[in-house]
Amino acid sequence: MSFNDGLIRKISSMAERLEHRGELLHVATSRDQFVDLVDIIHKVGGRLVSLHATDERATAESFMMYAILDHDGCLIEVVSPVWDGVPFQSLVPRVHAANWYEREIQDMFGLTPHGHPDPRPLVLYDDWPQDTFPLRKDFDSSIDIPRIPREYKYRHMEGDGVFEIPVGPVHAGVIEPGHFRFSVAGEPIMALEIRLGYVHRGVEKLSETMPYHKGVILAERISGDTSAAHSAAYCQSVEQLFEIKAPERAEYIRTIILELERLYNHLGDISGIALDTAFAVPAADGYVLRERVLELNEWLTGSRLLRSINTIGGVNKDIDRDKSAKLLSHLVDLRLQFERLSSTMMSSVSMLDRVEGTGILSKENARSLGCVGPIARASGVDIDTRRDHPYAAYPDMSFRIPLQKSGDVYARTVVRIDEVRESFAIIEQALDRIPNGSICTEFTGAPIKTTALSLVEASRGELMHWMIGEEEKPFRHKIRDPSFCNWLGLELAVRGDIVPDFPLVNKSFSLSYAGNDL
Amino acid sequence: MDESTEQLGKQLQERIHQLFGRSLGIREVDAGSCNGCEVEVNALTNAIHDIERFGMHIVASPRHADMLLVTGAVTRNMEMPLIKTYRATPSPKMVVAMGSCAASGGPFLSSYAVVGPVDSLIPVDVYIPGCPPRPQAIIHGIMVALDLLEEANNR
Repeated sequence: MSFNDGLIRKISSMAERLEHRGELLHVATSRDQFVDLVDIIHKVGGRLVSLHATDERATAESFMMYAILDHDGCLIEVVSPVWDGVPFQSLVPRVHAANWYEREIQDMFGLTPHGHPDPRPLVLYDDWPQDTFPLRKDFDSSIDIPRIPREYKYRHMEGDGVFEIPVGPVHAGVIEPGHFRFSVAGEPIMALEIRLGYVHRGVEKLSETMPYHKGVILAERISGDTSAAHSAAYCQSVEQLFEIKAPERAEYIRTIILELERLYNHLGDISGIALDTAFAVPAADGYVLRERVLELNEWLTGSRLLRSINTIGGVNKDIDRDKSAKLLSHLVDLRLQFERLSSTMMSSVSMLDRVEGTGILSKENARSLGCVGPIARASGVDIDTRRDHPYAAYPDMSFRIPLQKSGDVYARTVVRIDEVRESFAIIEQALDRIPNGSICTEFTGAPIKTTALSLVEASRGELMHWMIGEEEKPFRHKIRDPSFCNWLGLELAVRGDIVPDFPLVNKSFSLSYAGNDL
Repeated sequence: MDESTEQLGKQLQERIHQLFGRSLGIREVDAGSCNGCEVEVNALTNAIHDIERFGMHIVASPRHADMLLVTGAVTRNMEMPLIKTYRATPSPKMVVAMGSCAASGGPFLSSYAVVGPVDSLIPVDVYIPGCPPRPQAIIHGIMVALDLLEEANNR
């Protein structure tokens, strides 16, 4: 896709430097122009992919702030300096999607957004000292960080008959930790506030200390059920840095395991939705199918969660002819069972009654928050990285991108059901066309000086790994899990629904806490 | 049906019945996991493994639990919730540290945001290695915890 000429002219008039780097347009600008420039791209439909900072005080005498935008299939990277002690102008009043990013930058770098409507801490709160910033280069991880009492202020809603229901961080089900605070008047939810960060493990800082080959192992543990997508994105960005290319056969194998990952996650989500509407039969059937895929993963690769397959320069495991044939026959079987399950589910009146019109996320809100993946597609936002910025073997695959308009639990269920069908078809195509050859190229050379950006469509949506490299390990590694873009969508979607519908709406969003908290 | 699960499960069922005369209540606590361990704990309750038939019940509150199944290297932000959950569990109680992170801190040990492995905060009875441990390994780990409980009872 090519850039719109008028937009380019506008951008270049505000830029200090403009550079085409493959698919990416790199735009360096001054601090004063940064917000206006991002806003101009945003106004013509540019979607904020990420907003993050780096500590480049050693070389550039300042921090740098990077905004990545996706405009009509073109990626734009806007960068400007930010100085310690000088608050930067917040993007949030104009680009709502920047909200959590700026709060994260504040926590991690100690750079303060000026004009942010909600400048509370995002992941380091309560008792984190206010002058310690982990992603600064002069931060010393070896010292013990004292606990300094500090209060996290929740938003309060007041009025006759308004009550608050606090839930978590330790939940009743087997799920990850997070805190939900509902303000209710009777049954209906008037507002929900989500507070996360409980599983913040400092992944981005750790990655800066890990040699590239170990970084793959860390990437697989960012969000366990997204191991294949995170490791693929990590490997792709390192491959970009070292200008190496995975062999074609490896790209096909990556595609197959990425789709297997989507399959087991979507099957789990679909079954979870059935379970939360108390429709036990398809739920049980669905979880059996999910287990079958996990077993298939183990048989095919040695790991139920598809770990240790992606490696820098390709993959570690080959799929031989024998395995390929067996995998195909398993898929036929799974497909038949899945069709039975989905028709049972979607023809049940009691099930439809629970999911239709529940937890609506409007297209406008989905766009404004920068939602991604099945959540965005269920609200009519037509984005899918596999088509928009193809990687691995996706350029050779033909597949459909399911879209729905209603933005409710029903739409999110249907989108996933359709995507499961597409995943089956993609795996079959990949197995059919997989070329012969090696599965890994040698990892050598020195990293390029510019940034590397890799996007992968995980089961939850667009996933980004962005990197500045050094010889042995990343200088800065920014990870943006799809859940980071979708959590605020949940806050909006449950408004007006009743409390007992919350688990159902939450399940239909299927968000990762670990991926969000990093 | 997986034979190893079947065999393990039958043994467990007898032991649980002898020791408790009812089901064993397990509360899972994610203290900083990547959610890989949660995938496998959830797999325990699908119709293939179905641990409920062996008398193992995942309960909704630590107040109902005989055993805490803790995953993840304990993060700074989960230190207090984990200790509170431990205190809320009635004695006698067992703690199982599930997965490499819970047992040793895994790749997260040196992070500023991680306090340490589970046993740096609460006493642990059994460690289940694996990243994540397979469902059969979890069942095996629970059985080892029961052995320890029985030994303590006989002492």
